Amino acid sequence: MEKTWNNKAWFMVLPVLVLVAFSAVIPLMTVVNYSVQDTFGNNEFFWAGTDWFTQVLQSDRFWDALTRNLIFSGIILAIEIPLGILIALNMPKTGLGVPVCLVLMSLPLLIPWNVVGTIWQVFGRVDIGLLGYTLDAIGIPYNYVNNVFDAWITLIVMDIWHWTSLVVLLCYAGLVSIPDAYYQAAKIDGASRWAVFRYIQLPKMKRVLLIAFLLRFMDSFMIYTEPFVVTGGGPGNATTFLSIDLVKTAIGQFDLGPAAALSLIYFLIILLLSWIFYTVMTNSDAQS
Amino acid sequence: MARINLDHIRHAYGPNPKKPSDYSLKEVHHEWNDGGAYALLGPSGCGKTTLLNIISGLLQPSEGKILFDGKDVTNLSTQERNIAQVFQFPVIYDTMTVYDNLAFPLRNRKVPETEVDRRVTEILEMIGLSDRAKKRAQGLTADQKQKISLGRGLVRSDVSAILFDEPLTVIDPHMKWVLRSQLKRLHKQFGFTMVYVTHDQTEALTFADKVVVMYDGEIVQIGTPAELFEKPKHTFVGYFIGSPGMNVLPAKIDGSSVDLDGQKIALSFAPKFAAGAKTELGIRPEFVRLGREGMPVSISKVEDIGRQKIVRATFANRPIAIVVHEDGDIPAEPKITFDPAAINIYADSWRIGGEA
Repeated sequence: MEKTWNNKAWFMVLPVLVLVAFSAVIPLMTVVNYSVQDTFGNNEFFWAGTDWFTQVLQSDRFWDALTRNLIFSGIILAIEIPLGILIALNMPKTGLGVPVCLVLMSLPLLIPWNVVGTIWQVFGRVDIGLLGYTLDAIGIPYNYVNNVFDAWITLIVMDIWHWTSLVVLLCYAGLVSIPDAYYQAAKIDGASRWAVFRYIQLPKMKRVLLIAFLLRFMDSFMIYTEPFVVTGGGPGNATTFLSIDLVKTAIGQFDLGPAAALSLIYFLIILLLSWIFYTVMTNSDAQS
Repeated sequence: MARINLDHIRHAYGPNPKKPSDYSLKEVHHEWNDGGAYALLGPSGCGKTTLLNIISGLLQPSEGKILFDGKDVTNLSTQERNIAQVFQFPVIYDTMTVYDNLAFPLRNRKVPETEVDRRVTEILEMIGLSDRAKKRAQGLTADQKQKISLGRGLVRSDVSAILFDEPLTVIDPHMKWVLRSQLKRLHKQFGFTMVYVTHDQTEALTFADKVVVMYDGEIVQIGTPAELFEKPKHTFVGYFIGSPGMNVLPAKIDGSSVDLDGQKIALSFAPKFAAGAKTELGIRPEFVRLGREGMPVSISKVEDIGRQKIVRATFANRPIAIVVHEDGDIPAEPKITFDPAAINIYADSWRIGGEA
């Protein structure tokens, strides 16, 4: 086929370029700008080179927060993915149950994140919260304000409550797209329930699971609002994730240089990890 | 392999069926021979897949019993009935190799691994995929995948019957012929009972010993391809089998003479039918002679389809198709005669006594 060359076509992509420039490229370059300079106000800037990056990478504060992030993401992925699959497998495929289940599942996803945080903040309070009060009444010591373990449990359970639905909905979409003939053939072949899952349902859900995994990893790694509302990063620094640390540095202490450097490092970590997961998961598909 | 008895089977998808029209499958009562190749033929929605699923056990009939070799299997699951089924779209286990796909039904049944290997190797040979045994099944073409589906049915030596649900729909036309003849060869060689659902008459006629024609939830005729062609029991069979289908003309019958809107034909017998029934005369286009003698027709169109010509004409105010040899002569004042032996008489769409 002969290609038509028309330079006016560039005008067609111009709106997108402008939008992306203002929404992503220019803010990102501003951050890059801050990360290599120092300022003492008055709009005076001094070249700082890689000093801020070195400072961030050498601080314990950064590594502690990063470790917390990795542990948090690891735990919620290990729970939400299998739990999501399990719920999706048990959801009805026909009848009135389908819309009911779908609506119930979507509800947590529709709640604004800070509201989710507030719900759990109140829910877990020992004096007035249903959960905190009940646990206290039946003799289980629970206080997310001053107990590190309780604070973590609260955040994890909250995240599971909030986001497992996403995994469920994605898996469910994968499951209902499997033609009936597969199940009938499996029946005829005498396959057990486990074999049906292992050889039919799991392979067919692979693509949506990859998406679910990446979305949940990125979102949980960037988590900010909910822990900020519930624990504010405490007790101590026990739930201070990179995002909370970043905001503290940038807005609390107004250290724009280190904050900008941290932002870029944070961004590169997420990009790198997502890329690794994606490559590993799609490669295992291609090679065997 | 097994003889299949369908004992007064009826099926309705909705609850509490009352009228005959509530039934998707009207009463079926037949015996299918061990080792026979049967094709269920009919248009979409005629109940052929329903019947197939009842035989395979994926569906429980609302009424009636189904017997394999005299044993009642109505309440047995698909697995216990020991049948194999090949679906419209190839069903393969993507993550397994071709070999493991074929071994799957055997391993699920705890067959010893040496026996599994022997059977799978044999089937791989049979379906011609030996060289791909260790490859992942995912990358195969549609017809190779469909062969694996078939192979998974054949691999169990003790299956009662193999059922096919329009298995060649997704296969390229030239591969259809190859697969169909391979299937036919396998059937001759191993003699399993096969039931084959299709809406393609060529497929049914070339594949099956006996063709079961279904229409509107009912079996209208079971017969050899020749029987379906020469003596269609129902006008639907006449239309559906053959290309073009049978000419069906409204006819007034008095004793042994037929009145086709003024044109009279004498029959060699006097059909008996209930008074008030709608009577029709059926004649295949192949048995209408076009010449200078007989009843006048007016020709509207001639279609040349290679070896033959199809003449579309109007006879007794009705459209009629006539098949003429490719260098057959079409006279200026065309007249037709009917081959008396090929005339079928229908009362309320069902064929009545043609044997005099």
